[in-house]
Amino acid sequence: MLRIAALANLELDEEAIERMTRELGAIVAYVAQLQELDLEGVPATAHGEIKSLPLREDLPEESLPREVALSEAPETAVNGFAVPAFVDEG
Amino acid sequence: MAMLDRSLVDVAASVRAGESSASELAREALARIDALDGELGAFLHVGREQALREAQRVDDKRTRGESLGALAGVPIAVKDCLCTRDQPTTAGSRILTRASGRGYQPPYDATVVARLRAADAVVIGKTNMDEFAMGSSTENSAFGVARNPWDRTRAPGGSSGGSAVAVAAGMTAGALGSDTGGSVRQPAAFTGTVGIKPTYGRVSRYGLIAFASSLDQVGTFARDVRGAAQLLEVIAGHDARDSTSVATPVGGYLEACGRDLSGLRIGVPEEYFGDGLHDEVRVLVKSAIDALEKLGARLLTIQLPHTRYAVATYYLVATAECSSNLARFDGVRYGLRLPESELGALYKKTRGAGFGTEVKRRIMLGTYALSAGYYEAFYGRAQRVRTLIKRDFEAAFERVDLIATPVSPTVAFPLGERIDDPLAMYLADVYTLPASLAGIAAISLPCGLGSESGLPVGLQLVAPAFGEERMIAAAHAVERALDFRGLNA
Repeated sequence: MLRIAALANLELDEEAIERMTRELGAIVAYVAQLQELDLEGVPATAHGEIKSLPLREDLPEESLPREVALSEAPETAVNGFAVPAFVDEG
Repeated sequence: MAMLDRSLVDVAASVRAGESSASELAREALARIDALDGELGAFLHVGREQALREAQRVDDKRTRGESLGALAGVPIAVKDCLCTRDQPTTAGSRILTRASGRGYQPPYDATVVARLRAADAVVIGKTNMDEFAMGSSTENSAFGVARNPWDRTRAPGGSSGGSAVAVAAGMTAGALGSDTGGSVRQPAAFTGTVGIKPTYGRVSRYGLIAFASSLDQVGTFARDVRGAAQLLEVIAGHDARDSTSVATPVGGYLEACGRDLSGLRIGVPEEYFGDGLHDEVRVLVKSAIDALEKLGARLLTIQLPHTRYAVATYYLVATAECSSNLARFDGVRYGLRLPESELGALYKKTRGAGFGTEVKRRIMLGTYALSAGYYEAFYGRAQRVRTLIKRDFEAAFERVDLIATPVSPTVAFPLGERIDDPLAMYLADVYTLPASLAGIAAISLPCGLGSESGLPVGLQLVAPAFGEERMIAAAHAVERALDFRGLNA
């Protein structure tokens, strides 16, 4: 549970972890019923009924002006979104 | 009858004819909201000044002799996950709300909102919803529950509960919602209103805050089938800003109302009438199906054998997609931010504080289903079962034109009854999830009041992809035959 919470970037307190473990346990047990189906040769469906997707002309268009894009940011610095310093662990 | 309790088609016609004004209608809507919404909780934001200004613009247009649009002066409520450039948009979440309480202010209108405005509708306000549309009762809103106007101790359904309540109580003549797994159809059924979930790709998702992108579709609420059809006709159609919106021409949905049903083949799936379906729902849905037969339709029993896997499939596909979509809420670009000196901690703290319990639960389940070692067993498998569910419908639609089913196994349930049991809440979505997974169209319309509860029951008609016209024609015919009376009617 802690590993999943870390992957999901969620801080959960002890009570939430305990509750989540119980509830997700029940849900995972329920969805496990999909294991009983024979899916040999069945392809995946990633989305609904889309036969053709029209594309627009490949020409540059105006996009959101920088000041508008930044207008709802909790913090900005030097014309950008401000974040604390970080070290790339990769 | 007050104007707002009439069909929105007639409301627009009376504004075009000069028999009523957009400004009067906006004031009537605002007065109803003032009188009722303190208790009902349908709105998260009421755009009082904006609505009166827009209404005046419509009236001025008429005074100048300009022709007015299909929704002339009609007061419309918009679900809070649809972006509005002049009103805040929070999706029912604290993470899109600053510590000061100010909601996120989008810089643009969602395409569907822009289309409402272009048709001369008046946007009254933003409606309450389960946070990020995750829920079936509107109890997961970060800003308080919405109540069912038929019985205020009960849930209005969800996640578009606020939109359904606004229309049912006559606070607006119509509303927009979003439907990912039944979030328009189930609240419509619980509140005695009409709700349409269009075919995936029929309506633009640009400006709709994403929950599960392969399932999300904007839908319409109104007091009658004509109203919901008219609203759909306005918002449907290709949009270059949504790569999944299709170029298939928009049908004549309003015109379809009144069409003859002779020879229409209606499938009745056995799997939708089994255990778990409450008797008062069964009786009314069956009698609505009988009414369709009397109108000239031919009934055929059909099988949709993978229906029982829909809940498990949906709750893997939708949560996987949501865990990815909601990664954007990180305290950097908009909304809430809990200051931290390290970036990872800032993400975790902000998301931990900003998301509610159900949203966290779904992000966790989705992250698990997508994680290395579990991906194939959960998400991969669910996508393949989705194919089987889709094939069930394809096979059925070889034999029938429409499918008739209940919308929900029960009438509106009491507030608080299911909130501590997420699995019980999910299981009740069993009749609406399959059409969502298949990406096809469906409508919910009232078919009477339950004999035990006295509460509205919904009939669902499911159509093949882009079969909205025939679905609306049948819904309109059965609506006339049943003569259901909404609140205040």
